Amino acid sequence: MNDESPLLTVDNLSVGFVTKGGIVQAATEISFEIRRGEVLAVVGESGSGKSVTALALMRLHPGNAITTGDVDFDGRDLLNMSDAEMRSVRGSDIAMIFQDPMTAMNPVFTVGSQIVETIRVHDSSVSKQDAWSKTVDLLQLVGVPEPKRRASQYPHEYSGGMRQRAMIAMAIANDPKLLIADEPTTALDVTVQAQVMEVLHEVQAQTGSAMMLITHDLGLVAGSADRVQVMYASRLMETGTINQIFYESQNPYTMALLESIPDVDGLKDRLEPIPGNPPSLLNPPSGCAFRPRCNYAQPICAVDKPVLVSVGVEHESRCLRAHELGADTEALV
Amino acid sequence: MADTQIPPVLDEDVVAPQPGGATTAEVEGLSDKPKSFGRLAWERFLGHRMALVGAAGLLLLIALFWIGPYFSEFSFDERNVRDRKLGPSTEHWFGTDEIGRDLFVRTAQGGRYSLQIGALAALIATGAGTLLGALAGYFGKTVDALVSQLINLTLIVPAIIVLSVFANKWGADALGLALVLAALLWTRIARVVRGVILQIKEQEYIMAARAAGATHKRILARHLLPNVVGAIAVEITLLIGSVIVLESTLSFLGLGVKPPNASLGTLVAQAKGDIDSDPIRVLTPGIFIVLIVLCVNFLGDGLRDALDPRAKVDDGGAGKAAKKAAKAARKDAKKMKSSGTVVVGA
Ligand SMILES: Nc1ncnc2c1ncn2[C@@H]1O[C@H](COP(=O)(O)OP(=O)(O)OP(=O)(O)O)[C@@H](O)[C@H]1O
Ligand SMILES: [Mg+2]
Repeated sequence: MNDESPLLTVDNLSVGFVTKGGIVQAATEISFEIRRGEVLAVVGESGSGKSVTALALMRLHPGNAITTGDVDFDGRDLLNMSDAEMRSVRGSDIAMIFQDPMTAMNPVFTVGSQIVETIRVHDSSVSKQDAWSKTVDLLQLVGVPEPKRRASQYPHEYSGGMRQRAMIAMAIANDPKLLIADEPTTALDVTVQAQVMEVLHEVQAQTGSAMMLITHDLGLVAGSADRVQVMYASRLMETGTINQIFYESQNPYTMALLESIPDVDGLKDRLEPIPGNPPSLLNPPSGCAFRPRCNYAQPICAVDKPVLVSVGVEHESRCLRAHELGADTEALV
Repeated sequence: MADTQIPPVLDEDVVAPQPGGATTAEVEGLSDKPKSFGRLAWERFLGHRMALVGAAGLLLLIALFWIGPYFSEFSFDERNVRDRKLGPSTEHWFGTDEIGRDLFVRTAQGGRYSLQIGALAALIATGAGTLLGALAGYFGKTVDALVSQLINLTLIVPAIIVLSVFANKWGADALGLALVLAALLWTRIARVVRGVILQIKEQEYIMAARAAGATHKRILARHLLPNVVGAIAVEITLLIGSVIVLESTLSFLGLGVKPPNASLGTLVAQAKGDIDSDPIRVLTPGIFIVLIVLCVNFLGDGLRDALDPRAKVDDGGAGKAAKKAAKAARKDAKKMKSSGTVVVGA
């Protein structure tokens, strides 16, 4: 693999869940790339399919999931490799950081021993002593104070922010090429969110791994991602560089999301939540899924399903009016 | 014994460096070493008075049954026709039976046999129940359906018929009898383990472990089973009690232990004809049955509290909450226990 080829290529990935009420289409025809060392942010409201997409890459879905499409990771076919091969990828080539650090660690074992386990699962030739001292180094790296002492403490002896740091240490233990962080700061106090994000970026930069950063908070993404991917009702709505998304968005859903960012500087005095709710995934509406909540909707939007169209270099938007939106958006409402 | 059942030791392969162990010796200058789960469990166990009484009582009984006979001049089937049906004396401590055998030695022998069968059957039932329950809970779907059907089948089959046919056939042999009893008693532990695993496998740390590349086997052994160790330890002790009662009942009916072997149940059965004239002969083995069952139940209660993975000794509020939960669980188990005996007796 040369360094130019993307690290991860997802092609037409769809995930449906077989439920009593029918098939819940939780990810629909998702295609994207992650390049080596880059940070791709995936944003969208709750239930838009962000986690489902990430878990599908790791093949961690429950038995009622139907996954189709192609996922190429560094020249390897993730969806069709054997279970054993997939296990060797998990936690080693691709590592995942979960939302709630309070529940993502086993309460019965010390934090250190859980990191040691992650190391030794993938390389049993590492002695326990070596793995233990590597663990202490990792904890130090993510800013856990007194790492030697902290390593032999139990998760309940850590604060939320400390635990998430430990989770980050665990995730980078085997030098993954790709880190998937699923809302890594959502469960934390606002005050420690920024610190944990900083740690995440430091280690990501230091290890040179790529990162898929899932969040429903566009504000969090601003300073940290290279590219952004916006999801709505199981589909990609818009993808582009951070500037394209924040300043040149050509998608009404992205614009609405941007409107809803709470402004830290107090420049905007109130938050504007997007009116209405996302559609049911069991019976998606005809036409554009965002139409009922869209400020720019036209009669045609109820009929034609929009596809992703290119609206610039590396910039794609799923909207029938995407090209018009680039110009003077105010005039279009 | 409690100390060897702590979760971190379950999977030898990935034992955490234990505080005080070789690896953490390098963590020098530590004044407040964190306590391992096993250490905490042990402390909780020592703080549980009834459990200590149960354990001590059980040890005394074991000593009496195994060592006691060495202090008697009589042997197990030595008859002395002139000394039939004697009351307790300095010579025959528990008296003699209808053909003049020393009842102290016979009671000790019967107690040994009852305890052995109890422990053996409880171990087999717990092993099988844990394995099947864990597989059913973890894998769900077909495996779960199969195990659930097996559980239902076991519960449907009338115990008394199975026992009268198979215990009668194989009861002469301790292992055979234990297997028959275990085949009837494995279902409750299977259901308990399945339930606990169903609950825990949804925890995010199980998903995290899978995301870190752990195999099913490792997840079961390291992340799921430690959470049921407490339940298992309790079940084993309670099962020993149930098995001993069941075996005594069977042997009393002549379906279990066969001569020349004797269990506490057969001793009661032999003496039952003379209950009016010589109640002591019935009472002595009966009292030992009750003592054993009481001791193992006390022990079980203590183990449940000590091995509760959620309980922590030194975090005030949470510890109290855990104690409360344990108390409630104990109540539940008592209910289960009594309903369990009803099934067994039916
Ligand atoms: N195992 C499952 N069975 C049925 N439906 C599921 C399952 N897992 C997820 N879903 C559905 O898929 C949809 C997308 O879920 P997903 O977890 O990806 O949302 P998300 O974008 O990560 O949202 P959040 O911000 O809340 O984490 C949801 O509607 C959810 O109910
Ligand atoms: Mg999610």
